[in-house]
Amino acid sequence: MRIVLEKRGEQSNAMAIASPFIALALTVIAGGIIFALRGFNPFSALYVYFVEPLTAWWSIEALIVKATPLVLIGVGLAVCYLANVWNIGAEGQLTAGAILGGMIPVLFPTFQSPLTLLLMLVFGALGGMAWGYIPAVLKNRFSANEILTSLMLVYVAQLLLDWLVRGPWRDPQGFNFPKSITFEGWQLLPNITGSIHLGALFAVLAGLGLAFIMGRTLKGFEIRVAGSAPRAGRFAGFSREKMVVFCFLLSGGLAGLAGCIEIASVVGQLQPQISPGYGFAAIIVAFLGRLNPIGVIFAGLLLALSYIGGEAAQITLGISDKIAKVFQGILLFFILACDTLILYRIRFEASARSSNLQPAE
Amino acid sequence: MKKLLATAALAALAIGVASATASAATKACWVYVGPIGDFGWTYQHHQGLEAVKKEFGDKVETAYVENVPEADAERAIERLARDGCNVIYTTSFGFMEPTLKVAKKFPDVKFEHATGYKTADNVGTYNAKFHEGRYVIGQMAAKMSKTGVAGYIVSFPIPEVVSGINAFMLGAQSVNPDFKVKIVWVNTWFDPGKEADAAKVLLSQGADTMVQHTDSTAPLQIAQEQGKLGFGQASDMIQFAPKAQMTAIVDNWAPHYIKSVKAVMDGTWKSSQVWSGMAEGEVALAPFTNVPEDVAKMAAETAEAIKTGKLHPFTGPITKQDGSAVGEAGKGLADGDILGMNWYVKGIDDQLPQ
Repeated sequence: MRIVLEKRGEQSNAMAIASPFIALALTVIAGGIIFALRGFNPFSALYVYFVEPLTAWWSIEALIVKATPLVLIGVGLAVCYLANVWNIGAEGQLTAGAILGGMIPVLFPTFQSPLTLLLMLVFGALGGMAWGYIPAVLKNRFSANEILTSLMLVYVAQLLLDWLVRGPWRDPQGFNFPKSITFEGWQLLPNITGSIHLGALFAVLAGLGLAFIMGRTLKGFEIRVAGSAPRAGRFAGFSREKMVVFCFLLSGGLAGLAGCIEIASVVGQLQPQISPGYGFAAIIVAFLGRLNPIGVIFAGLLLALSYIGGEAAQITLGISDKIAKVFQGILLFFILACDTLILYRIRFEASARSSNLQPAE
Repeated sequence: MKKLLATAALAALAIGVASATASAATKACWVYVGPIGDFGWTYQHHQGLEAVKKEFGDKVETAYVENVPEADAERAIERLARDGCNVIYTTSFGFMEPTLKVAKKFPDVKFEHATGYKTADNVGTYNAKFHEGRYVIGQMAAKMSKTGVAGYIVSFPIPEVVSGINAFMLGAQSVNPDFKVKIVWVNTWFDPGKEADAAKVLLSQGADTMVQHTDSTAPLQIAQEQGKLGFGQASDMIQFAPKAQMTAIVDNWAPHYIKSVKAVMDGTWKSSQVWSGMAEGEVALAPFTNVPEDVAKMAAETAEAIKTGKLHPFTGPITKQDGSAVGEAGKGLADGDILGMNWYVKGIDDQLPQ
């Protein structure tokens, strides 16, 4: 017997919208079962996980701070994936942005004016764009698979940062520890309220801006055509090469900006580890948000909740931190499974031919 | 919306107050950089937590968070502070800045940061003189090695690690002046796969004694597989390599944690910089195994001499890699010189990553 995925005749719009919610519900059910198997009351565990972090203002602030980089990177990736361009290396672009943005306070520690911050953010975005441009060029010139090249460049960027903070950019007063000087004044993002910094505003603006571009402009149309009907796109005179470059510059720039925002707020200096994997988590965010920039904003908040809830569950209930990662994995699995089942139906068919192809045991 | 939030905040506050008044126990909390199951660094800190529980029983409440990423530690620390912890131990160097940031917001909560150097009124630091143990195992390695070469797996070129390499080398040279050390930097504290690969490389390059300043048991297990010897790190790893471990440098944080929690209970806690070693029992050696009697005897004597202060692992003059000398003859290096060490002693065949 073999399993065949067969394209459904017509797609249900209602199901397309419901899909992430079904996935979320399935995740919660699966999570509850896991908690129960580990000997915890599943209801109180799920409460601590998903509700308790929303009951105090400070943890809502923390949630928004945590969601900021996820949303910024996620909206850029959503556009990429819509256009069928597979940028998996946002983490590297984030790191490159942090390096270039962090260069200013590290090399000119006394340079203090609003211009400092502006330059840092611009350099951060440029750093991410430059890092994203490499896989784009490799793809256009040599047809190199961008999934591999962008992913491998993540490690290059991280090791470059590692070398910088251990060597030339190390804090001379830092007892040889791999950290740059700590940033202060205009080298840090001002806070909007509480611990929420200006980066949150950028994330929302990026989401709204891209939603406008995707929905209302020719560029948005071009991106969607590039993904769903590449042949039609070519007949319409849209260049595939230019689209690849555009997507990588856009998503790389946003990831670089996110990296610079992180070092100018939460981290406050350059150090070997500046992100707990936002660039990779943002891939989940992009899909959870149905590759829709507005959807990504909510998806980013939800994934941030899973991080913070994971910590809460660990502290109040003593549940291992691995559960948070299992949760994220289950969530992505259900989203992709639901999406697939909306577009395709599964058919089991007994086939003599396929059994011939089976290797002998 | 705003009203709703305010109500929620009030409710949370009420719950917070209720739980704070409900228990008079002192709450001690830990932030771990790795998993408790590393059987190394984090495991030993968790043993400290267990010791505190055992010592104070009902009078103490504990909580911990494990696997906290260094780039995102502030929230975890803040959460513990908000959950009513009276004292919070942050057990990795990378938690220094976030600890200070949270401490500023919660002046009534005490913080202790392991292996750092910045303090505040409510932030102290604590660390251990690991290099004392490393001097002893250096001597043992030089005695036991047939090839005269040790393979040394290291995490990050920070002073604690560099001074460990130097102390090991000085100990080895005191037995065999021609002793050699091969070094591999793995840039991680805990990655069994990477550590195992490094161990294989070192053993295939002629090293026959495994030394590690990373936290997993993998290097020692590789040494055992290949019939070689080695030393455990941070905790006694004998159960993982019963035929390979000669001894282990055990970080025993229990005495410090018990003392510190007691001070918080009594209201006598003050910000300080604690740096204890073998004399205080904070650095201990696991039982000597897989070595002949005379080697065990020598190691025990050296350890005793360090404990009583008769022997300082960094007794001057010490020749650096570049040929210059540091330290006064017959005197130990000052603490500050060890805490900021960024040079190799002569004879180490490696460039310190700059």
